[in-house]
Amino acid sequence: MNRFLQPIAIIFWKDILLELRSKDIIISAAVFGFLVVIVFNFALNVTPRLVTQLAPGILWVAFAFAGTLAMNRSFVREKEQGGLEGLLLTPVSRDAIFLGKALVSFLFMLIVEAALLPVFAVMLGFSAFSFMLILTIVLATLGFATVGTLFSAIAVQTRSREIMLPVLFFPIILPVIIGAVEASSQAIGGDGGAGIGKWLPLIGVFDALFLVICPWVFSFVVEE
Amino acid sequence: MATVDRVKQPLLSFSNALVVLGAALMLVDVYLIFMVAPTDAVLGNIQRVFYFHVPMAIMSFLAFFVVFIASILYLIKRDQKWDRLAHAAAEVGVVFVTLALITGIIWARPVWGVWWTWEPRLTTTLILWLIYVAYLMIRAYAPNRTQGALYAAVVGIVGFVDVPIVYYSVQWWRSIHPSAVVGPLAESGALEPVMQGILLFSFLAFLVLFLYLVVERMALRGLEDQVRLLKFSLHRTGR
Repeated sequence: MNRFLQPIAIIFWKDILLELRSKDIIISAAVFGFLVVIVFNFALNVTPRLVTQLAPGILWVAFAFAGTLAMNRSFVREKEQGGLEGLLLTPVSRDAIFLGKALVSFLFMLIVEAALLPVFAVMLGFSAFSFMLILTIVLATLGFATVGTLFSAIAVQTRSREIMLPVLFFPIILPVIIGAVEASSQAIGGDGGAGIGKWLPLIGVFDALFLVICPWVFSFVVEE
Repeated sequence: MATVDRVKQPLLSFSNALVVLGAALMLVDVYLIFMVAPTDAVLGNIQRVFYFHVPMAIMSFLAFFVVFIASILYLIKRDQKWDRLAHAAAEVGVVFVTLALITGIIWARPVWGVWWTWEPRLTTTLILWLIYVAYLMIRAYAPNRTQGALYAAVVGIVGFVDVPIVYYSVQWWRSIHPSAVVGPLAESGALEPVMQGILLFSFLAFLVLFLYLVVERMALRGLEDQVRLLKFSLHRTGR
């Protein structure tokens, strides 16, 4: 295999193996995301008339909260066992470590979202099987995982690590949340993706920009 | 034993010159704003807050641009002076953006009828405030100063790159959710030449204030670093 891709694949597989054995990230994030929806249902009193207005917002708040939880766990795990030091000692470029971790977070979040989406669709009463909705989720989750991996690597080193990730993450990720909510609202509302046109490119530009910047600055975050 | 330079304070230092110049400009500025500037025909006296609000907002943007440049230079060159500059500019910038938000809220209530509206510029400024508050938090919560400087530099770069995207997304979002609150934007209208002149003067006064605060904060950071070094060497000698 390619010399650049191989370390990424190994890091990716390591985290999947860990998750297969412990199962603590995906299940806890999914349960948490489910709880967010339940709480919102009571807080906002979602009636069928309001569902197209409220469902996208609830969906993305649940995904964003569950995502921060999952990404935080992913680095806390490395920190507790000194795994990050081990990774840094291996003759692997920092970019590969970043991309491997980001790819794992991307996959875990997608699994959590794939589990939650049908449940939400049933409970809130909208159709989940729209190509545009799924495309929006994949693109937005890519942005979440890229920025989230960088900030969880920082947050895990600080005191009060649980609070630092959301404090850093949410202001930066705001354009993706706005874009994802608007695009999902178009997809669920069913006016055929007429208004979706500018939101997906916005999320795409965000993803591309931060896929370039984050690996570069990540090398400074982990050095010591 | 470690020797540390005594703090020299010559009478004609750069920062002393700035404080004298800044105080003089600020006094004249306040006089111009309250005594010379004409009262706005539509908005009344509240319009005068604009001579404080706009310069402070622009100075905070300038501050965050300085943070961005200094952060890149710090990551590349690892010279402490760039970290000091970024730290000082970020703190001063947060103070200015906070004041710009507060003066904006004071202005919005009588003119727009609401304290706050999710207009693109307001929203972007609020997000800017959040990003740089997080910047200062990460410095404070980092395990040590070196790591704090690195993390802060990363946030300074990522945060600044993010600002234009936040602005565009909020603008598009607003165009989808039109709000009932439509107010006359004072800065978009044609300004009287007198008002324009006073605004420019106000910019100059706040620019000098900004420079003074950054220079003083950098000097203070330098002293803090020296104190830390002294404490460290005292520990080492076991006293």
